[in-house]
Amino acid sequence: MYVAVKGGEAAITSAHELLAEARRGDPAEPELSLAQIGGQLTLAVDRVMTEGSVYDRELAALAIKQARGDLVEAVFLLRAYRTTLPRLVASLPLDTSAMLVRRRISAVFKDLPGGQVLGPTFDYTHRLLDFDLARPDGQRPPANEPEPPATTDDQPVAPMARVADILGREGLLQPETEADPCAEVGDITRDPLTYPAGRDVRLQSLARADEGFLLALGYSTQRGFGKNHPFAGEIRMGEVEVQIVPEELGFAVSIGSLTLTECEMVNQFKGGKSLPPQFTRGYGLSFGESERKAMSMALVDRALRCRELGESPGAPAQDEEFVLSHADSVEASGFVQHLKLPHYVDFQAELVMVRDMRRKFESRETSGEENGSERETALRG
Amino acid sequence: MEASVRLRCEADLTGLAGYNFAYLDEQTKRMIRRALLKAVAIPGYQVPFASREMPLPYGWGTGGIQVTASIIGPEDTLKVIDQGADDTTNAVSIRRFFARTAGVATTEDTEAASIIQTRHRVPETRLREDQILVYQVPQPEPLRLMEPRESETRTMHALEEYGSMYVKLYEDVTRHGRIATAYSYPVRVEGRYVMSPSPIPKFDNPKLTKAPMLQLFGAGREKRIYAVPPYTEVRSLDFEDYPFSVEGWDEPCALCGATDTYLDEIVTDDHGGRMFVCSDSNHCARRRAAAGEEA
Repeated sequence: MYVAVKGGEAAITSAHELLAEARRGDPAEPELSLAQIGGQLTLAVDRVMTEGSVYDRELAALAIKQARGDLVEAVFLLRAYRTTLPRLVASLPLDTSAMLVRRRISAVFKDLPGGQVLGPTFDYTHRLLDFDLARPDGQRPPANEPEPPATTDDQPVAPMARVADILGREGLLQPETEADPCAEVGDITRDPLTYPAGRDVRLQSLARADEGFLLALGYSTQRGFGKNHPFAGEIRMGEVEVQIVPEELGFAVSIGSLTLTECEMVNQFKGGKSLPPQFTRGYGLSFGESERKAMSMALVDRALRCRELGESPGAPAQDEEFVLSHADSVEASGFVQHLKLPHYVDFQAELVMVRDMRRKFESRETSGEENGSERETALRG
Repeated sequence: MEASVRLRCEADLTGLAGYNFAYLDEQTKRMIRRALLKAVAIPGYQVPFASREMPLPYGWGTGGIQVTASIIGPEDTLKVIDQGADDTTNAVSIRRFFARTAGVATTEDTEAASIIQTRHRVPETRLREDQILVYQVPQPEPLRLMEPRESETRTMHALEEYGSMYVKLYEDVTRHGRIATAYSYPVRVEGRYVMSPSPIPKFDNPKLTKAPMLQLFGAGREKRIYAVPPYTEVRSLDFEDYPFSVEGWDEPCALCGATDTYLDEIVTDDHGGRMFVCSDSNHCARRRAAAGEEA
């Protein structure tokens, strides 16, 4: 008679065995290696590192493999690992003007010191499925496009000045407020976010935020919901050295380098009560080659600066609480999917109440007048 | 030799190789304990804390798990329930998480547990002073439905500005002739903070007041901890002429015959057949065992 509605330990174990099987796919096919994921699905790895906020290609590749290619799930895996790691030291601020640039473009100047460097980009490709790629390496016909000129080599270009610094020299671009070098930078993984949030923790939240969410918000500012007239001042991608100052040494040493994408949006600004007309900035930074993410982040960063610049907020992208408390994919995905958990106790409470209210409703239908006066008493009460 | 023995002991204590006892590192536990102390000192007040990413998803009990992880010791005995039952999938998963990461004893027996982590129910068995009840909380803010902004609701709590909550309850009364909140029914703690008791059915609300056990509430995604210390007054909000009341059933539990417990409705066939059984599976099983002995 008793119907089993509650799941047991055995069911969970079996479900996870099925998952492992589904992940592996057809056993006749060779298994994906971490090196393959890390080396060939590089942009997936970059996204998982950025939103998972751990710079480790191998761990990100492992997370992607374990998550069957579900990047949001992979981000979650990486975060849950990251959170157990000790925080050893804070690095010096990264100097992106010393970046070994592999890609650098500016939409605001035709040419500039260092030039425009396209680098590896999907831009200007025709999005036609390349059926030759469907065949393994050795069996492809030779490409009939002309060989690229031999002058380009794979060497990164020498360090080049940032466009923002060039504009800043003329005073046309609002200077970034000089941060107190001794002041501690907030850490959203160590302190809960409070509102209004400082720009440091705001940028941290945006850096970890879901790319799709930021993309949509950034897009909404372009379509008039919090318009801020952006120009892509500069987008650069390349390697940046990470330096720390160990206490026992007292001077900076390099501990390695990161591949980063940095986007600096330049936005029109007509000036405010205390500010002369000038250009303002929105800033985006991501691990690896996550360019769409860095651009979206810069748009949203600028939108969220509306109060500081005396603009009247009103659009969703300008609403700090709305943006920051819903941007994290790990939080959002967890809470949306918790609806799968049983809720029958709460539902039972609702059922009991609705049935009771319906009974009252039906009895009122049958003896309308009496209940009408009862209702009035209720109102007066 | 000695070193390897010590290592093994440590592994025994920590439960899961590569992770600290009960998963969280000690720094994090200390941070959470500080938040818990503050929460106990200000009953019903939501203390922000630096919630960690857990290996279980947000919304699936990460707040409760972090609270449990920071108070649990090797001698503790843990019970985990979801919807009142020990064998619900998520309860099984959380219990297994602590068995794995802390190596602690687990139990389904309410009386044998020193810590009980729960989702959506308070056990029917009256708890004791030496027990701690840890609630998993999806939305700690009782005012959230009226005001979506955290900055606003914090001010409202600070100023004891609970008018909008009463207006909402009053609107229920005018529209439905009663307060139409069946679960997550708001309470006022020790005459000060309005608090969400978590989505327990209002049937369970009276169990919170003047209770001997310490009650801790953890909301992981929302990064809040709050508490009801033992023997604290917890009043369900109501009006003098519309006093708080709890739901009841027309029939007793089909398994143990209890008439004073919260019942789950089990659909038994596809033409309207149904039965009602205790939601607290351990309480129900114990009553049946006792009845069996008597017979």
